[in-house]
This record gives sequence, C-alpha cells and structure tokens, in this order.
Amino acid sequence: MHPALSIIVFTTSSGLGYGLAFFLGFGLLDPAAFATKAAHVIALGLISVGLLSSTLHLGNPQRAWRALSQWRSSWLSREGVLAIVSFVPLCLSAWFVIFEGRHSWPAGLAGSLGCAVTVYCTAMIYASLRTVEAWHTPLTPAAFLAFAGAGGAMLATFFAALGGGNAGLTAVLALVLLVLAWGTKLVWRRRLRALSSTSTPETATGLGALGRVRLLERPHVTENYLTREMGFRIARKHARKLAAIAFGLGGGVPFVLLAASALFAAEGGLGWPVFAFLALAAYATGMLVERWLFFAEARHSVMNYYGR
Amino acid sequence: MTALPSQPSATKLGLVIDLDICVGCHACVVNCKEWNTGGYGAALSDQDPYGEHVSGAWLNRIHTFEIVPEGGELVGEAGEARIVHFPKSCLHCEEAPCVTVCPTGASYKRAEDGIVLVAEDKCIGCGLCAWACPYGAREMDLAAGVMKKCTLCVDRIYNETFDEEDRVPACVRTCPANARHFGDLGDPASQVSKMVAARGGIDLMPEQGTRPVNKYLPPRPRTTLASRGQAGPAADEDTGGATGFFAWIDTMLEKI
Repeated sequence: MHPALSIIVFTTSSGLGYGLAFFLGFGLLDPAAFATKAAHVIALGLISVGLLSSTLHLGNPQRAWRALSQWRSSWLSREGVLAIVSFVPLCLSAWFVIFEGRHSWPAGLAGSLGCAVTVYCTAMIYASLRTVEAWHTPLTPAAFLAFAGAGGAMLATFFAALGGGNAGLTAVLALVLLVLAWGTKLVWRRRLRALSSTSTPETATGLGALGRVRLLERPHVTENYLTREMGFRIARKHARKLAAIAFGLGGGVPFVLLAASALFAAEGGLGWPVFAFLALAAYATGMLVERWLFFAEARHSVMNYYGR
Repeated sequence: MTALPSQPSATKLGLVIDLDICVGCHACVVNCKEWNTGGYGAALSDQDPYGEHVSGAWLNRIHTFEIVPEGGELVGEAGEARIVHFPKSCLHCEEAPCVTVCPTGASYKRAEDGIVLVAEDKCIGCGLCAWACPYGAREMDLAAGVMKKCTLCVDRIYNETFDEEDRVPACVRTCPANARHFGDLGDPASQVSKMVAARGGIDLMPEQGTRPVNKYLPPRPRTTLASRGQAGPAADEDTGGATGFFAWIDTMLEKI
C-alpha cells in the first residue's frame, strides 16, 4: 500500500495527542502547574494537526462533514464522529485546568474514554479490510492503542519533569507500555512474515483448475491509480533495516533514556526533562518509520491481477 | 445509506464474461471509456494524456494471463499452455465491502436491481472504498477528486429512447466476439443464468466473501489436432448418409 505522508502524520500525531490526553484525563499531573496547562494545549494541538492532516488526502475536503453520517457501518465515519464527540470533554477538561487550575474527574474520564475509543476506531479502519491481510487482525488495534499509550505516557513524563508532577510514575508507565507496544508489534510482524495469501492469481482469475496463472500483459503499459495506490513495493532487505531502525529509535532508545533518568536523574533537576525530551524525539521518529512500514509492507489483493 | 439493502435484491443485474471467446481486443475497454466519459457523473479524466506517463481512470480493463499446466515451469513445456484474456470491471457484489466502508453514504447498492453506484456529489474522495475492493474495480478520478466505477451503464439499460438492442451496457453492445452478456442473474430462467449453469460460471476470489454477481465462464477444454485426426480423411470417404438424388449419383459414380 502507498505510504501517504498525510496519513502517516495523521496517525502518528493524533496517536501522541490522544495518548497524552488519555493520561491527563486521570489527573496524573498537577492542574495548578504551568507545565500541565501547556500539556493540555499540546495534546489538543497534536490531535488537531493530525485530524487536519487526514483531510489533506481527500479529493473533495469541502464535503468532509458528510463523513459523519455513516457511523452505523463505516469505521472511518465512526472515527470522525468520535473524534468530534471526544473534543467536548477534552476541551472542558483543558478549560478547568488552564483557567481554574483544577482537575475535573467527569470531564477527564469522559475525555480519556473518548481518546481510547477514537484510536481504536482509527486502527479498525485498517484492521477491518479483508483485502489487506497484513492489517486484518486484532493485533492491529492492539498495537495502535499500545503505541498511543506509550507515546502519551512519554509526553506526560516530559511535562511532569517540567514541573507538572511525578515524572517517576509516568516514566514507569511509559516503560511498561513501550515493552507492551513493541512486543505486540513484534508478534504482528511475525504474523506478517508467516502470511501465505489466501487470495492468489489462481483464485483472482478463477483459472486455478487449469494450472498456475501468471500475468502476461497488464491492461496498460503505464502505471494507474491502482498500481500507484495499492502496488507500492519495498525491497525486503530495506524493510528489515527500516524495521530495525523503527524498533531501535522508537523502542530501544526511549527505553534506555527513560530507565536511565528513572534510576539516576534527580527529581526537579535538568536531567529529567532533557532525557524525556530526547526519548520523545527518538520515539516520534521511530513511530514515523513504523507507520511508513505499516503501509509500505502491506500487500493488497488487487495486485494478484498485476503480477506483484 | 451505506448499509447494504436489508433484503438481497430479487433482480441481480450483471455481466457474464466468456473467457473462452474473449480475444483481448480491448474494444469493450475503449467503448466503456467513450460512453462513460460523457455519461453518468464526472468525465473520466486522463492525466498527461499525450505524455510519456499517461494515465487515467478506466472502469474496465483487460489483463492477459498465461497458464502453466501442472508439471511445467515454462509455458508449453507440459500439458497445453493457454493465454487467457481477462476483462475486469465491477462485479456488483452482493456483500459489497466498498459500500459498507464508505463514510459519507456516497457508495450504495440499489435494492431494486443490485447495481452498485457512487453518488458523486456526496463522495469526498477518501479512497477507502478502493482499498476495500479486492478486484480493483474502483479508480479515483484525479481531476474531479471522486471515485469512479462501472455503473453497468445505468444510463443506457433503462433508456427508453434507445432501441431495444441498445439497452445493454456499452461493453456488451460493442464486443465483436460476443464474449460479454448482460442480464438478470437473480432469475434462474434468464439467458445469462442458463449460460452460467451450463458452463460452470465462476466467482472471482470467493474467499473474500464478497459474493460477486458477475460471473466468468472458464475456457472450454481444448480439442487437439491429434484427436481430430481420426475424423479426417476416412470420414470424407463415407457416403453412407447420402439420400435421394445424391444417393443415385453416388451409386452411378461407383459403377463407372
């Protein structure tokens, strides 16, 4: 599948934003601290940037409001509806913290629930497609949720270290979620490697009874919408290297940095925020690579008609 | 609206494509583009039409496959190799995954005849329906930013200003080899249903659970030259079936 930049930025950015908002909803940071107020603004900002980015790949974005209508059958529609619905408690929660310096449990918990469900809907857009076997597994939403959680806990650690609260607690949460997220991803990748497609050129043409089916001539000699959108290919050796980079930058580096600051850095010192920021930067970069691979490595069943 | 019809439609309009007959001339492809660029919805645009990297939206495409029989590595090495021309357009599935993923209600399946259509004024061009379709039946029109697909020439088949024989999809009307047939696959007595029953019509990618309405008729078994050899010269000598004047001529000539 074609790794479209707008969708990679959307899932990465909104994942981080929803993750942070999820933990803010539990009142883990001191609502009176300036860092916590900033955290609320950043969370809403990341979510908004993500959602706006997602509209960039639309052919007719001016009609995007129509996407809120088909929540009964479409995961994309459900995602849109929940993204908007959860904005209400998230903004309320941010209002209480920023202007009144207090944490509201009803708004906070409703916001956290909205965050989790919205990320789940995003993942289900991909996981519900039978045509892309790599995505068609419950492991896909599990990985999306765990990644959003890990990124959110890491952001919360950064803001806690800046004076918002107990960075040690959120760092431990981040470490646990990092292990969980990359563990899930590891199982997801093992499944991908072991996949043998149920759809083949033989089933696609229905000619399997006559023998092995091979493409002789494509419909047109040039590329078309289908081959550009769904025929993206990446060399396996490059995929392996990129996966190693994603695991290292997104998993290994932040884990070591967070563990080191939890063990050695002094509470309230400069070590915590610097290490937390570096961990976050590495994680965000690793996530962009991971999301790029999520698309680039996935094969679509229509390619059975194109010999790819 | 993006929910599928609650009851499967009794009428299932669709195509039957005979892979034994198709010669891969691409006439259906061209006539499809010709008709539909001026018909239902936005025109079918081309990008870089006279350049090196020309591409555009097509609703019907012909792929050509070669089939290597069991035991062979190369075509012609074992058994009888075959080249099969394979026209492919929307199959108007009963469980159309492109319809249920649509977030706006632009994609829908008609309850009255089972045709799957896109209401282009509602389409936001997100492309998710093209991802959900296993067959590549949907292509985005890059100029209009909306999804295009086969309409089964809905603007021809019900058009009473046309002569009866023209009220079929453009691809069917134009096929010079008569490899394409249009009809109601929901009616077991229809011509197309009888062809499917007689020839063992097949579903494409049944494992995807889409239950396509369109059917493909597989190529017939080959008759080889060797098997026809016995019916050759010997059969020419046999005049046993001659009657009347020809029988008299036959007897007279035998006597000379």
